Amino acid sequence: MANYVLSVGMEVHAELLTESKMFCRCQVAFGGEPNSRVCPVCLGLPGALPVPNKHAIELVMKTALALNCTIARDSVFHRKNYFYPDLPKGYQISQYGETNPIGYHGWIDIPTEGGKTKRIKIARVHLEEDTGKLMHLPGGGSGVDLNRAGVPLMEIVTAFPPDIESPEEAKEYGERLRQLLVYLGVCDGKMEEGSMRAEPNPSVRPEGSETYGVKTELKNLGSFRSVFGGVEFERNRQIAVLEEGGEVYQETRGWNEDTQASYVMRVKESENDYRYFPCPDLMPMHFDDAMIERVRATIGELPIAKWQRYQSEFGLSEYDAGVLTAERPWAEFFEACVREGADPKAACNWMNSDFARLLNETGQSVVAHEGRTLSRVTPKHIAELTTLIANGTINGKIGKQVFGDMFESGHMPKAIVEAAGLTQVSDTGQVDTWAAEVCAENPDVIEKYRNGQTNVIGFLVGQLMKKSQGRANPQLAQEAIRKALGE
Amino acid sequence: MSSLTELSATEIGALLRSRGASVIEVAQAFASKEDTVGAFITRSAPDSEACARAQVMIDAGEGSALTGVPIALKDNISTRGLLTTCASRILSNYIPPYNAMVVDKLESQGLISLGKTNLDEFAFGASTETSAYHVTRNPWDLERSPGGSSGGSAAAVAAHLSPVALGSDTGGSIRQPASLCGIVGYKPTYGRVSRYGLVAFASSLDQIGPFGRSVEDCAHLAAVISGHDHHDATSLPTDPISARDLKTGSLKGKRIAIPSELFDDSAEPGVLASVDSAIQALKGEGVEFVPVSIPEITVGVTTYYIIAPAEASSNLARFDGVRFGPRESGDGHVNVVAETRGKLFGKEVRTRIVVGTYVLSAGYYDAYYLRAQQVRGKMAAKFEQVLSTCDAILSPTSPCVAFKIGELEGDPLALKLLDYCTIPANMGGFPAISLPCGLSDGLPVGLQLLGGISRDEDLLQLAYSVEQCLGVKITPPKM
Ligand SMILES: [Zn+2]
Repeated sequence: MANYVLSVGMEVHAELLTESKMFCRCQVAFGGEPNSRVCPVCLGLPGALPVPNKHAIELVMKTALALNCTIARDSVFHRKNYFYPDLPKGYQISQYGETNPIGYHGWIDIPTEGGKTKRIKIARVHLEEDTGKLMHLPGGGSGVDLNRAGVPLMEIVTAFPPDIESPEEAKEYGERLRQLLVYLGVCDGKMEEGSMRAEPNPSVRPEGSETYGVKTELKNLGSFRSVFGGVEFERNRQIAVLEEGGEVYQETRGWNEDTQASYVMRVKESENDYRYFPCPDLMPMHFDDAMIERVRATIGELPIAKWQRYQSEFGLSEYDAGVLTAERPWAEFFEACVREGADPKAACNWMNSDFARLLNETGQSVVAHEGRTLSRVTPKHIAELTTLIANGTINGKIGKQVFGDMFESGHMPKAIVEAAGLTQVSDTGQVDTWAAEVCAENPDVIEKYRNGQTNVIGFLVGQLMKKSQGRANPQLAQEAIRKALGE
Repeated sequence: MSSLTELSATEIGALLRSRGASVIEVAQAFASKEDTVGAFITRSAPDSEACARAQVMIDAGEGSALTGVPIALKDNISTRGLLTTCASRILSNYIPPYNAMVVDKLESQGLISLGKTNLDEFAFGASTETSAYHVTRNPWDLERSPGGSSGGSAAAVAAHLSPVALGSDTGGSIRQPASLCGIVGYKPTYGRVSRYGLVAFASSLDQIGPFGRSVEDCAHLAAVISGHDHHDATSLPTDPISARDLKTGSLKGKRIAIPSELFDDSAEPGVLASVDSAIQALKGEGVEFVPVSIPEITVGVTTYYIIAPAEASSNLARFDGVRFGPRESGDGHVNVVAETRGKLFGKEVRTRIVVGTYVLSAGYYDAYYLRAQQVRGKMAAKFEQVLSTCDAILSPTSPCVAFKIGELEGDPLALKLLDYCTIPANMGGFPAISLPCGLSDGLPVGLQLLGGISRDEDLLQLAYSVEQCLGVKITPPKM
């Protein structure tokens, strides 16, 4: 069997987080009664006219800048003409041409094995309007829900020839792009609700071949796991077809989550002629330096830059930095802790362990959204807690107890420590007294020690800590026990 | 009561303000006249609430020039709750849930709707003969066409069925019927009147404008309907057109260009003679005429018949029977759409959709649509250049007087050449107005004045002066 090379082009559609639709003032939302968020414009009624949503244009420009694109100085909206029942006007307002889209010729770096990165080139980032949704009616027949029609939709297309060469890279590209879009606040990234949709176009060719194989277009991928599965399946299927002397057809294939297999949705018999032309209802757009710089200023630090900085500036591990930067609110919370004076490593440990666990268990979050309530713990709490531990006021074990308390009550750590008398005891006289008591209470253990079982020291230190209700300085406790044993 | 219908809109407005008549009285006088020319598709009884509201405005001294004045609307302007057919069977039952911006403006100024007037189907035509409902007749000779596509509105005003009306002008659809019916028709600068709610024919060319029996009536109506509208992205950010200085102009020293291409022998001798005598009269008042040549004019019609169908083919894609209008049955969505569009669009509409689809197709786009847009740009630039040193460009409005109904049916090319003089204004977005300048064989001849972008006030002022100078007051013989 010949060796085959996989190439994957990716088209990603992302619904933008705007208040209103692209060309009218209807609200953008998910679900709801069919056709409850519609008006003459998004219904495509005769005589209605589109007026562009400036915020959507800015969000696309923001994304394009974050993806290292060139920003078009002059850009127009085109009409893409075709008939489909979910397309009210008989055309979709979109953007055509190589250098006409708001952003073009960009790239994104994705991590690959061994801590390396790979650059994925992006052909275009353009703005268009979403279509409606066809639905089967309970009484038979079909209907169309136009709540989604006209929602601002951004399309991000990778460059040809494609840089993505494996199912892993396809998945990684999708996940990194999603992370970036969510970070930028331009899309909620919910693939399951369809607000972000990825369509890979895989093709295979024998190693060494200059010509790219026929590509298929994968649709209905509800997650990046499915992107991985779909691309992998298609690669294997296409290779098998070619190995049997068959031919790969240019077709649109759906992905069946249950059978983990792709199936034919539509065969492309001929290239559709969309008769693109500039939409005469809309004025050409011109973007000047001032606007581009104003939008650029809203981007902030991107996840990959944060991830690198956390390692170099705070000495965090690749893994810890990755967890902290995965989502923007989490990273911002961490940075706020550091600003409040927390030791970065300690803050990172508290956040990625106890805090993350408690938030998950209680359905809380560091930002109130999506039905999650806001946690009472603020960056000030974490900073104060790490300081109390660092200056020896309390030990780590008491720290955990304090954390649980402050998570529940929202009280500041210092107040909790003072109220409950949890201050660490570093007075050697007191610790020595406890050590003597422990030894006196455990003659059998002392006996074992005398017989050479030195590992019982740990037990005795534990007993001392218990006696001190956890407040003894662990270091001193260790020393006191050893001293009591005559070491 | 019949004398009320003889008054101009401005006179009616003044009469109402002086309590010489009531709003409802005036509206009923027009509404009760028999429509012998087939001007209307939907003629509605005057809405008593609208009349009462206008009366309150007048009684409170808040009325403006046209408050309480009746008006007819071309049936491609959306009216909430009132049938809007575009003279097509594909919209035979379509009742818009919203008003066009101009309709809201008319309502807020207290004008009273008399109904919706006939047109060529979707405004594709110059004779009002392609209406799916009925032909409209010219009040000057019932055997003749009122022109088009706004033939119903022009005929309604000429026949005194309404003092004023609104039409839409894509290549001459206001000015040409105004010319053929012996009234005034005015296409404002593109973008000064909102297109929101006007069923689009060719979006980059369409413009709503007024019909009246005087320049003054048109100027007052333009003031009501114009102004920036944030619902229309092509609307200009300018103030409404003002009629304030309409009568303060003078002809002395005005420079008016006359392009040789618009005075060639394709126009009827009688038309040329009538326009020429107007030129002589204006010279006598001190107007300086500047002969110019704008060769691009000769390809104007060709260019127009690429751009307009291209935009129309896309604009009319929404008529698929899915969300509104009647629906033909068929097997699957594609066939439902094909049957609905195939059966319910008329022949002229289908022809233009085919032409428009062709010129936008891959492989033909550059040769046709793109090229046409370039020519359009050149033509507009040339007009701008002439207008930088002249106050206006004068020509006949139509190369011929009203033709017989059916006369041009077998000659689609001749029908299209009727727009020869009017198309350039749409290509460049210029304001242009047609006013009567005399008769030829007993039928009205129109004179067109074309002005600079957004200089509508100057154009109207000039047109008013010309109207006063020529003193042409013509009324259809039987009226
Ligand atoms: Zn809407």
